[in-house]
Amino acid sequence: MVNHEPGHDRVHPMARQPFETDMGDRLTFDLSRPGRIGCILPKLDVPEAELPQDLLRADLTLPEMSQIDVVRYFTALSTLNYSIDTGFYPLGSCTMKYNPKVNDDIAALPGFSRVHPMQDDATTQGALEVLYRLQECLAALTGMDAVCLAPAAGAHGELSGILSVKAYLQDRGEKRHKILVPDSAHGTNPATAAMCGFSVASIRTAPDGNLDIDDLAAQLDDDVAALMITMPNTLGLFEPEICRVAEMVHAAGALMYGDGANMNAIIGRARFADLGFDVVHMNLHKTMSTPHGGGGPGAGPIGVRSHLAPYLPTPVVERDEAGAFRLAAPAKSIGKVGLFHGNFGVLVRAYAYIRAHGLEGLRSVSENSVLNANYIRERLKGVYKLPYDRSCLHEVVFSGSNQKAHGVRTLDIAKRLIDYGFHPPTVYFPLIVDEALMIEPTESEGLENLDAFCDAMLAIAREAEEDPEVVKTAPHYSPVRRLDEATAARKPILRWQPSAEHAPHAKESGGPSIPRGVS
Amino acid sequence: MEIPSDLKYTKEHEWLRMEGEQAVIGITDFAQDSLGDVVYVQLPEPGANIEQFAKFGEIESVKAVSDLFSPIGGDVVERNAALDRQPELVNSEPYSGGWLLRLTPADAAQIDQLMSAADYEALTASG
Amino acid sequence: MSHPYIPNTDEDRRQILDRLGLDSSDALFADIPEDCRDPRIDLPPQLSEQELVAELAGLAWKNIQPQRPLSFLGAGAYRHYTPSVVSHIINRGEFKTAYTPYQPEISQGTLQTAFEFQSMICELTGMDVANTSMYDGASSLAEACLMAASVTGRRRIALLSTAHVSFESVIKTYAAGKGYEVDVLEPDQVELGPDHACLAIQNPNFFGYFEDVEALSQSAKAAGALFIVSADPISLAMFRPPSDYGADIVVGEAQSLGIPPSFGGPYAGIFACRQDLVRKMPGRIVGRTADVDGRTAYVLTLQTREQHIRREHATSNICTSQQLLALAATVYMTTLGKHGLRRVAELCYHKAHYAAGRIAEIPGFSLPISGTFFHEFVVSGPLPTPELKASLLEKGIIAGYDVSDRFANGLLVCVTEMNSRAEVDRLVESMQEVVR
Repeated sequence: MVNHEPGHDRVHPMARQPFETDMGDRLTFDLSRPGRIGCILPKLDVPEAELPQDLLRADLTLPEMSQIDVVRYFTALSTLNYSIDTGFYPLGSCTMKYNPKVNDDIAALPGFSRVHPMQDDATTQGALEVLYRLQECLAALTGMDAVCLAPAAGAHGELSGILSVKAYLQDRGEKRHKILVPDSAHGTNPATAAMCGFSVASIRTAPDGNLDIDDLAAQLDDDVAALMITMPNTLGLFEPEICRVAEMVHAAGALMYGDGANMNAIIGRARFADLGFDVVHMNLHKTMSTPHGGGGPGAGPIGVRSHLAPYLPTPVVERDEAGAFRLAAPAKSIGKVGLFHGNFGVLVRAYAYIRAHGLEGLRSVSENSVLNANYIRERLKGVYKLPYDRSCLHEVVFSGSNQKAHGVRTLDIAKRLIDYGFHPPTVYFPLIVDEALMIEPTESEGLENLDAFCDAMLAIAREAEEDPEVVKTAPHYSPVRRLDEATAARKPILRWQPSAEHAPHAKESGGPSIPRGVS
Repeated sequence: MEIPSDLKYTKEHEWLRMEGEQAVIGITDFAQDSLGDVVYVQLPEPGANIEQFAKFGEIESVKAVSDLFSPIGGDVVERNAALDRQPELVNSEPYSGGWLLRLTPADAAQIDQLMSAADYEALTASG
Repeated sequence: MSHPYIPNTDEDRRQILDRLGLDSSDALFADIPEDCRDPRIDLPPQLSEQELVAELAGLAWKNIQPQRPLSFLGAGAYRHYTPSVVSHIINRGEFKTAYTPYQPEISQGTLQTAFEFQSMICELTGMDVANTSMYDGASSLAEACLMAASVTGRRRIALLSTAHVSFESVIKTYAAGKGYEVDVLEPDQVELGPDHACLAIQNPNFFGYFEDVEALSQSAKAAGALFIVSADPISLAMFRPPSDYGADIVVGEAQSLGIPPSFGGPYAGIFACRQDLVRKMPGRIVGRTADVDGRTAYVLTLQTREQHIRREHATSNICTSQQLLALAATVYMTTLGKHGLRRVAELCYHKAHYAAGRIAEIPGFSLPISGTFFHEFVVSGPLPTPELKASLLEKGIIAGYDVSDRFANGLLVCVTEMNSRAEVDRLVESMQEVVR
């Protein structure tokens, strides 16, 4: 168990690697020794065909390593990572909860992992049935009429959803060019709108953290195609006037787009369709707990009301009267959004996650995620400034402005948390909160872990007053310390180069070097 | 915060210096300080025509992008090519080595619409 | 009773509620409009772990998996042998259960392996820079076309008709957003105008054959359009990299690098380009730098291109990479190494040519395309392709992909190192029996 006592003399759990490690200088290319190989292949059992000499490449620079070297190299690198499996990961808006191991085993079953996407439907009935059942579950949980599982990530779901909205409006002969997005929105929302050819207008957040309804009313006109809104919003707050907002938007002839990134807060308790949304995307890697994999894969299915169903991406899974499943293209589909049918391996896990909970289990997910966030809110408020002082849902957003007065920035607090053995919260987002600290504990943490985290946050607040330097120079107990990001961007080195002088920074401090086991 | 008295300023934190018939423009010390470490500057090529107070380029720090607005309209004579390799000059020498463009002004009278050093200082002081 | 994934006990919940001064958690959900709160939702019942495995294994058994029967199906997803090392590394929780490396101090594992991936993709493609991967090869190609439009300021996209069947649809979906036109051109009728942003091709193409890349590259250059090449990474271990023939952007599907077919995903899209285009490139990029103590380390860089900073002015709305799959590809390439990867490509080449030669000898069968192919080729048989496929499936063989819309009775056959000579011989004998 992680020792959360403050102090400088303790050993950080991630400090197993010697601090003098030179792992960053030792890429596979550097470890390579001519003649080594990590895997041998079968002998050629057919006659050699003539090679087209003019099409062949002369040389290929890839590493040559024996198998043990490969295993040690990547295993050593893995230990430099912080992960859900190693500790509390309260990264706001990312829903970093426990990824059940059994789901990985299920996705790896040969009957799933070896199935080829271009096989005829008759030979893939089991895989199609999983997808069909998942569509049904997600439709039930969102109240939507149709679901498409093809989008590979949340932003991909947004693209699919907004393109569906665009196609629907075009079909009706409507020329609408603008999408409204609250000022608290994720960057993907305006980026998606722009990618779909819309201009973007921002709606203010009112002092209570809700949407400024007057600002919305002022900006709603016949040029608005949709309002994109995250529910609950990025402050972790549920918009109490959401039904009225939906009425206003629909009265203006626009559609309601729901960003389901924060669905963990309301799963089993409220459905997007009931709240007035026409389309919603879900982030299954968040709510349905599929492993984030260091940044991906994810899955971003979309659910729509019946009027948008004909426009969904291809394919969707249908069941015919005989009970057979097939991949189908919706009547007026916007087309394919990816090579095949979506991230099947992720979708299987999501289905398994839903089945491991049932409705009561999922309601317990939202209940405990919300209880945990509010417990942290209650324990930290006062010491950390709470810009929207009301009960929250699955995440709580503080401002580091009290600590800023001592010259300690939110970034410093985040880095100091690393010394205490925690992954930092999301910082500087949402943009409308000065020095934002966005904390999402999820339902995966028990009370004692929440207490340990709060103790660390409070200890850091004390340090900010009494010993700000220790916070401002954190982290002290991590595999590497703060990085020179400015040089990385000014003089980008984006690949290994075959020269001895490829390292950008000469080592200033000598120190004992670690013997290279393979030299 | 350094605000040379012989330059003209905009409320978008750019400065202008006349050198003979040509105008040299850049961003102020205040601007570079609030941007943080400048990592990239995108500027128009010589020959481009830009308008007063219109966007002519972008300046990037590690985690922010800001638009650049010209204090004066005219034709670009030269862009500061040194910034391609050393964008940090904008931070270290905002009024000298970190200049952005050299222009031939379309209308010298536009300079009258710019702020004096004293006015600009008042602007930055008021936040 | 508690759920195994939810540690809080009733006592924990009571303590939390006490601290909040509440009797019940219901109050925390009071902002949800009352008539929308706690609706009736029909979900199938909860299963224990044991029941869950049994239920899903039952569904998995309903699929016919390529192994038994034999498979010669490629068409965009390829069966290659994956060394055990790959799954053991990517299943380490430290890699698998981390997120995007926002905090580089505790994410060097993800960052350094991403840098390795970028480096290896640059070596394979011959390009200057690569990102940490896109959703898949098709979306990667579509994003490359959008990038070309952004770089050139032009609004027409040209795609060769010989590219993968999904590519046209995905590009058209992506292009619809900004209203770009998409022209699908036959390889021998490529004429580009001054409004074409790019010419996109697949090489080897969907049918397995190499295109006349020099001529196509020339056409693109002459029109001032970017030349975009989608390439199978295994083929690049053996054949000339697209940088050799003037590619500006190279994309591809990393699935062939140690990623299971898995009914179509998750895979990873390769994206590489020329150095001078890097600031228009979508996706995450990792760069090399140093920490305050001078230790070499890695960090997400050039982030001002991205949606979380530039919002509606970003190069794309993409947030993340398919990092775990990129890691699989990296471990795969490292394990096979310089010689192993080339060997895989050569085995595919020789076995595919053996198979093509033998099938062409069967009376009634022919190879309708002349030219050089890699590990996939089209055969035309004496009976309708669906019939041929169905008959061979009865004999336990997934014979390939139906391309009879392009070639009379056409079947696209793929042979990799996974297919032994005996398997190929069985395919040939079975074909003989079917048409006898």
